[in-house]
Amino acid sequence: MKKTGAQIICESMIAEGVGVMFGFPGGVLLPFYDTLPQYPQIRHILVRHEQGAAHAADGYARATGKVGVCMATSGPGATNLVTGIANAYLDSVPMVAMTGQVARSFIGKDAFQEIDITGITLPITKHSYIAKDAGSLAGIIKEAFYLARTGRPGPVLIDLPKDVQTEQADYTYPEKVELPGYKVPTRGHPTQLKNAAKLINEAKRPLIIAGRGVIISRASDELKQLAETGQIPIITTLLGIGSFPENHVLSYGMAGMHGTGCANKAIDSTDLLIAVGMRFDDRVTGKIAGFAPNAKIIHVDLDPAEIGKNVGVNVPIVGDVKAVLQALNKMVETGEHIDWIKQLDEWLKQHPLGDVNDSAGLLPQYIIHQLYEATKGDAITVTGVGQHQMWAAQYYLHKEPGSFITSGGLGTMGFGLPAAMGAKVGCPDKTVWCIDGDGSLQMTIQELATLVQDNIAVKIAVLNNGYLGMVRQWQDLFYEKRYVATPISCPDFVKVAEAYRIPGLRVTRREDVTGAIEQAMAYDGPFLIDFMVEPEENVFPMVPPGASNIEFIEQPKKEVSTWPR
Amino acid sequence: MATMKHTLVAIVQDKPGVLNRMASLFRRRGFNIESIAVGHSEVAYLSRVTIIVNGSNAMVEQVRKQLDKLIDVVRVSDITGDNITVRELALVKVKATSQARGEIIEIADIFRANIVDVASDSLTIEITGDEDKIESMLKLLKGFGIKEIARTGRVAMVRGTLGGVPGEVKTAGKRVKKQS
Repeated sequence: MKKTGAQIICESMIAEGVGVMFGFPGGVLLPFYDTLPQYPQIRHILVRHEQGAAHAADGYARATGKVGVCMATSGPGATNLVTGIANAYLDSVPMVAMTGQVARSFIGKDAFQEIDITGITLPITKHSYIAKDAGSLAGIIKEAFYLARTGRPGPVLIDLPKDVQTEQADYTYPEKVELPGYKVPTRGHPTQLKNAAKLINEAKRPLIIAGRGVIISRASDELKQLAETGQIPIITTLLGIGSFPENHVLSYGMAGMHGTGCANKAIDSTDLLIAVGMRFDDRVTGKIAGFAPNAKIIHVDLDPAEIGKNVGVNVPIVGDVKAVLQALNKMVETGEHIDWIKQLDEWLKQHPLGDVNDSAGLLPQYIIHQLYEATKGDAITVTGVGQHQMWAAQYYLHKEPGSFITSGGLGTMGFGLPAAMGAKVGCPDKTVWCIDGDGSLQMTIQELATLVQDNIAVKIAVLNNGYLGMVRQWQDLFYEKRYVATPISCPDFVKVAEAYRIPGLRVTRREDVTGAIEQAMAYDGPFLIDFMVEPEENVFPMVPPGASNIEFIEQPKKEVSTWPR
Repeated sequence: MATMKHTLVAIVQDKPGVLNRMASLFRRRGFNIESIAVGHSEVAYLSRVTIIVNGSNAMVEQVRKQLDKLIDVVRVSDITGDNITVRELALVKVKATSQARGEIIEIADIFRANIVDVASDSLTIEITGDEDKIESMLKLLKGFGIKEIARTGRVAMVRGTLGGVPGEVKTAGKRVKKQS
């Protein structure tokens, strides 16, 4: 049966199980948007800026494990998606981004709002397509979704010329894809698995470091089994948070630049580092030469290009994390490691995170702790990028995969609010807290309007310190307190929220924190709390840039400062 | 780390933009391409790309893996250590006065090169061989004055029965063709 290109796009999305998309219309997308009401199965959420659409699709994908879908018009609409696509690429998030394009006869003529978006996004997409005719659309969409969600997930872009959307073509949705150049490794190599099991069984001080690959592969149960059977302590990367319950007795927190002292000491003394679904990012390894100096390394990853890229490994295992862990669990013997675990517990005591009750002032860490208490650790927390992000990672104990959503690889300020929006749309029954900084929030604050128009009940906690806090912290520690371009004036966020018809509260005192959080949670709809926190609080521990993990700096003794404004 | 010239052979889908994707990857990861030669393979919808890249083993292995991740790249292998046949073709335009012409033709003969064009003051020579052979001839011709050189870059093939497009790829590709 003949259908228009726009109809084929909609039907193909429905065939892929797409129930929601985040988009912003424009001239060349008019045929698509004109067709969309024929398909009420697809909920379209109108964002206020295309970057918000990409981050929302990203947040949706991380919270649900499904492919997030975003759409923008040609030219500036498409370029506004770029940051969001790059963010998804670096954190391996399944996403299909669709962009409008000028009609085929105008392509290459510098037409109005024409941009070479497939060219621009070449290095930040897993793959991309330009639909040259309506007949190719179904196959392209099938492939795009398949590529986005399988293997190492990532964003796939489809460019849709205006006249392809109106062109008629026969429509049947293909049942399978033929991609001879695309290989997805499944189980690990049997010899390497055997080698790994042998090392694990022989290790005296084994340590697991879990990354986002565990979450992508839904392998948390298998990870838990490995840890419990072998009695192997677990630390995570920033993006691995949630892959293993942080209140578990074998959990020793996050490693790396702002990781726990215990985790970084453990890396330094382990004799066998079992790296699962992580990629040895520089924020995790610190100075490579000083990374895990006493350890053999087993590296399990789906992407062969990650093996040996940054760190040399003894046992490489290319395969799906879940399948590899299942195989390992059959070979790993019951372990004990009593002394090693005792040692780690001792380090935990020696190097605790800063005390949330350490100050009479309003400590950001205290707020995160109270959020954790109030939500019983069951909320999805979504962050922007900066100090608040690290405090959220440190002080909120996440238990479930997908419960901590943050921009790791790209470090995108402004990610928080739109990503929280996407997470809430994907998980409407969950409490979603956007923990944001005053700097980060101002980058995408326009999405407050989207929350209202589509009634998305995200709760927002702004840790407002009047600075671009993380940059200020580096200036404080490494640039002799020369605070250049980091003091940032903010609007009255409560009034801003009110203007968007979102209720809000300002909290300046410690004793008002819990009441405000309760009020926000009791309210049926989006809610904003502006926490005026200690302005010059720093994130500790911290591994100075260029140093080894073991050289972490701890929280100095506190002088109580007073709120200056 | 010791660097050396590596020969990578990639079998890629004959689609628009494939070369761009490969080149972009080299640029992004900071690898320098010494030469690249692209042409049809024995399968109609697959092209064969021979890339010469200078680097350490680890670095080249990383670029090979990254290339292999491109969806349109069907297979890529580093055949540097294999027993391979390597060829390059060059066209060389040499200044040739009537006195010098005889001597130039003699040099060309020694290298089993062909004279493909003769003008009043120049000769164009076509030579095929590995880089060493071409370099040696160029060295001898230099004294006469070289006006222009065009080189194809290296193409390479594993000797014996190994190599080529794997059977399952040939048939899978055919099915793809039929669909579109």
